[in-house]
Amino acid sequence: MTTATPTVAAGTQKTDGRRTSTAGRVRRRLNSRTATLVSIVIAIVWTIPTFGLFISSFRPEDEIKSSGWWNFFTNPSFTLENYQEVLFGRSSSSGQLASYFINSLAITIPSVLFPLAFAALAAYALAWINFRGRDWMYIAIFALQIVPLQMALVPLLKFFSTGVTIGGITVMPAWDLVDEQKFAQVWFAHTCFALPFAVFLLHNFISQLPGELMESARVDGATHPKIFRSIVLPLITPALAAFGIFQFLWVWNDLLVALIFAGGGNETAPLTVRLAEMAGTRGNEWQRLTAGAFVSIVVPMIVFLSLQRFFVRGLLAGSVKG
Amino acid sequence: MEFDFAEEQPKFLMLMYGLIAFVAVVGGLLLLLDVVPAWFARRREAQIVAASASGAPLPRRRKPREGMFALFFLLPTLLLLTIGLVVPAIRTTLLSFMDGSSNEWVGLRNYGWMFSEDSIVRVLINTLVWVLLVPLVATSFGLLYAIMVDKARFESVAKSLIFLPMAISFVGASIIWKFVYAYRGDGQEQIGLLNQIVVSLGGEPKQWLLESPLNTLLLIVIMVWIQAGFAMVVLSAAIKAIPADIVEAARLDGVTPWQMFWQITLPSIRPALIVVVVTLSIATLKVFDIVRTSTNGNYDTSVIANEMYNQAFRYGQNGQGSALAVFLFILVIPIVIYQIRNIRQQREG
Repeated sequence: MTTATPTVAAGTQKTDGRRTSTAGRVRRRLNSRTATLVSIVIAIVWTIPTFGLFISSFRPEDEIKSSGWWNFFTNPSFTLENYQEVLFGRSSSSGQLASYFINSLAITIPSVLFPLAFAALAAYALAWINFRGRDWMYIAIFALQIVPLQMALVPLLKFFSTGVTIGGITVMPAWDLVDEQKFAQVWFAHTCFALPFAVFLLHNFISQLPGELMESARVDGATHPKIFRSIVLPLITPALAAFGIFQFLWVWNDLLVALIFAGGGNETAPLTVRLAEMAGTRGNEWQRLTAGAFVSIVVPMIVFLSLQRFFVRGLLAGSVKG
Repeated sequence: MEFDFAEEQPKFLMLMYGLIAFVAVVGGLLLLLDVVPAWFARRREAQIVAASASGAPLPRRRKPREGMFALFFLLPTLLLLTIGLVVPAIRTTLLSFMDGSSNEWVGLRNYGWMFSEDSIVRVLINTLVWVLLVPLVATSFGLLYAIMVDKARFESVAKSLIFLPMAISFVGASIIWKFVYAYRGDGQEQIGLLNQIVVSLGGEPKQWLLESPLNTLLLIVIMVWIQAGFAMVVLSAAIKAIPADIVEAARLDGVTPWQMFWQITLPSIRPALIVVVVTLSIATLKVFDIVRTSTNGNYDTSVIANEMYNQAFRYGQNGQGSALAVFLFILVIPIVIYQIRNIRQQREG
């Protein structure tokens, strides 16, 4: 765009140009130093709320309730009692989070695996199998991303509780699930809701694989399942990881789906449901809330920090859930 | 420690069933796809052998069964999407024209209710404020931060700190911020950071989350806090993708940082900017957890997604809840169409 101008300018004002460029460099370095400083300050400010909660979770109950967490630095007192109580306490008000933690785990693992596998299969078919209506089908699945979760909740709950009857004939009986079995409902719901985005994200990756690779495999007589298993799957591992992390964070952190499909008891409800409940009914029991919040944050935080690279890659490829 | 591990066993059993089901479904599907075509191939071979032995004409070569393969690869996805999204979405649309218990048709009454009831109009206004402010503030902040931190030392650490709230659940984030907004009476020592700052500046402590419309803005802060990291990461990648020679040329031309920003950076990252704004708008429209955890929608803070939950699952008003869900959907559509048009223009241009 401006390739011609600088050469002319540099030619005519050579001596002058050097001086300004030195000055400019100094100024730029100063600029970037202030920018660095400001950005570090912002980053710290950004972290303070979480940090304050973290510090509080280790303070004794009466101190949390009577003085600000910043007093910890002048008057440190440290206890693990909050965690002990919120995780393992037996009274109904204590939290019993250990039990809910297991629920979160039991909900999350299948809810990540199912959409991952189904979406990978579908994305492969949409990218590399020739059939009529392929583009339309891809667009339709892509477009389903815009349907808000809220649109599906009432009928889906009815589907689980009463089954499907068409014209008086029961096509699908009610699931009638109790206690732990309700996990199945949550897996089902999460899988359905994740699929449009998962197909979209994985399709982005799979369709970019080199066509010659597929061609030569076909010539060698490999069938689609074989190509899928032995060529495509190993090549898209980073994409699978990216979506896996996405889905993990999304399911672990979800409140709405769990609230509706899991039931509220400690048999099935995940951490988020329990925490939201505690924040509502015992909003001032900060010793439990602070420790509880950290119990729920720690797992996604570890996943996030250790696999951040993949997460960002997925973010940039799929530009995130709609 | 009084935790009884044995009591948790049914959960692990259920989890195991889930994993077994996973292996059975996915493994079974792949096995099926392997076995069946192989069987057909063998049969065809046998036919050819038989035909050549008897001197009869060779059986006509059939077209490869691509369609069948595609069907089976797509089967679970299509099935689940139909059951889990398409049919329910249609049903919800129908339910929105029925009364609370879904027995009688009431026409547009639910929609009329939505725009006439004062409390619901308030909800709609709140949602509008959310969807205007969150994308705007989070994106501008993310953009400024991405530019500031670009090529700085500690870039990755500074970026991680901003990005980290993305990993925290909305519920967790709400608790973190409720603690910041915590209130204790005048004269007592404050435990909430915000009130402490106000007090140390000589002000009076406030019940932040009870005062409308300030409370809605304070809840919006939570969403911005979570989402700015997302905006920053996407925009930062876009900024790094601007060709270096353009930046260098502009610099040799002696443009000011201000001009650089408006004439080089901003136009170059326009597509990424649109993606971020659109994504944030949609996420904001659907925000539910923050409002529910922080105020439960009281004190004039409710938004559409939260009200939809209340109507459909707490008050048993399926019709009104569905109408709100449909309205949410209608609000999302123009945003998405705008994005699709932009992507298309970009592909053509």
